[in-house]
Amino acid sequence: MKTWDPRIEQMPQEELKKLQYRLLKTLVYRLYSFSAFYHDRMKEEGVHPDDIRSLEDARKLPFMTKSDLRDNYPDRIFTASKDELVRYHVSSGTTGKPTVVGYTSHDLELWTTSLARSLTACGLGRGDVIQVSYGYGLFTGGLGMHYGAERIGATVVPTSVGNTERQIELMQDLGVTAIACTPSYLIHMGEVAAKMGVSIKDDTSLRVGILGAEPWSEQMRDRISDQLGIRAYDIYGTSELSGPMFCECTEQQGIHIWGDIAFTEIVDPDTGESLDAGEKGELVFTILQKEALPMIRYRTGDITSLKEETCACGRTHPRIGRIQGRVDDMLIIRGINVFPSQIEHALLTIPEVGQHFQIVVDRKGALDTLLVRVEVSRDAFSDKITDLMGIKETVAHRLKNTLNVNVGVELVEPGSLPRFEGKAKRVVDRRVL
Amino acid sequence: MEYKSEYVIKQISVFSENRPGRLAAIAEALREKNINIFAFSIAEANGFGVVRALVNNPEQAHETLTEMGFMVSFTDVIAVKMRDEPGGLYETARILGDAGVNIEYSYAYSGKDAAVLVLRVDQAEEAIEQIIKHGGNLLSRSLFS
Repeated sequence: MKTWDPRIEQMPQEELKKLQYRLLKTLVYRLYSFSAFYHDRMKEEGVHPDDIRSLEDARKLPFMTKSDLRDNYPDRIFTASKDELVRYHVSSGTTGKPTVVGYTSHDLELWTTSLARSLTACGLGRGDVIQVSYGYGLFTGGLGMHYGAERIGATVVPTSVGNTERQIELMQDLGVTAIACTPSYLIHMGEVAAKMGVSIKDDTSLRVGILGAEPWSEQMRDRISDQLGIRAYDIYGTSELSGPMFCECTEQQGIHIWGDIAFTEIVDPDTGESLDAGEKGELVFTILQKEALPMIRYRTGDITSLKEETCACGRTHPRIGRIQGRVDDMLIIRGINVFPSQIEHALLTIPEVGQHFQIVVDRKGALDTLLVRVEVSRDAFSDKITDLMGIKETVAHRLKNTLNVNVGVELVEPGSLPRFEGKAKRVVDRRVL
Repeated sequence: MEYKSEYVIKQISVFSENRPGRLAAIAEALREKNINIFAFSIAEANGFGVVRALVNNPEQAHETLTEMGFMVSFTDVIAVKMRDEPGGLYETARILGDAGVNIEYSYAYSGKDAAVLVLRVDQAEEAIEQIIKHGGNLLSRSLFS
């Protein structure tokens, strides 16, 4: 079994915790001294860097959420100057404003290192040909995986998303051994390949899938393994952490979270109280060494549990289980995060439709579909079909622009959608994972 | 636009989702109020439709359907009597075509004494004038109110 950095990855846990404490302490002092945002946050919370005397004291620090990024759009809480930044990635926020993550070269280096360890842990390295079928661009998946794969000496085929038939041809012609994409896209590829008369199992060299950016299940893993004849690994990351970062090892007993990069906690989503290892709760990260946009106790909204014992692979770093859900109503559609509140905000800008809407998520074949059902405003109704079609197109266009994902739109009669007292349940999710 | 002409008829247009039972709901509501439907059509678009009808009491139909939650609007149309024999439609269509009047949509019904062509046109007054000038027969709005 290969290990990218055995000294760190197999570091005794006591030593690792000391390292984490040192990094945390440094981070907190740095932010308290140099960042108005963190300084004020800590003051409000009544915590001073001197109060952090152990790793456990991290729980005294205030939480951060996605809205902190949105409220400080685009870069007001960055702690690196503009000329130190070497890249931006942008993801959709919970409402109209996107969230922007900036990276210094050190931040990129850390991200790449994290992925180099992760990809090595699932048995990849020099000689492998890795097809990166995550989107390249503002989304973190493509570029992140790209540099991680290059770092371990693998050959990258940067196909990005789309043009599935060409992807399958390249997979065959270039002898691709591993693919990084969403699990649903890989299933879709398998189906398209079958239509082309290609069996991924028998006609390609593919043996590994690095799959993530959307929720999936053990059943999906079994299905992918059986149908495509590969080992499928679960990878985790969010743009606030940098992007995809952490992956399972060949033991497939949880995702290794590199402790020198991130300090991981599980908290009760309602009270914010820290939970013990093994308990299910909200995943909270502190990125210990980030320069441009340090995240302290960032609440990911993902539900999972933590394993602290050393893995059978020999890696001492803590692991998280499969993501079991969300604390909020965020949806993941073809790898893109979608919040119902974004849809609500977009619809509010279109007077021809009402404020009531319903979101229907389904899976056609392997791919997610998003349908928004919206009531036409009485004032906007005319007898003309072309006017109504125009409203429909406006809504579809506006939503596509906001969400970066194609949306089906259905105009419905006013008053026909369910009304809610209290918390609205606007999402109908028909997907079976 | 408001036409004063006695030949401009109020059609009701009802937005309807394209799913089973919607037409029945509209028709039932009209039956309950004893409203007679002379002619109707359904224009279908992807996922929804517009039901258009000429009824004997458009005001009450509008009120009833609106109360039930339907989206209803009035649209001005004209109704032309046609000879119910070959060439009947041609006569009317030619008059409008020659006059440069565009038909946005149209539907027809075969009435007791003649076939009737219901037309939504871009220039109603011009259409009425041309049809009368060419000896055509238009139904008066008094039949539908």
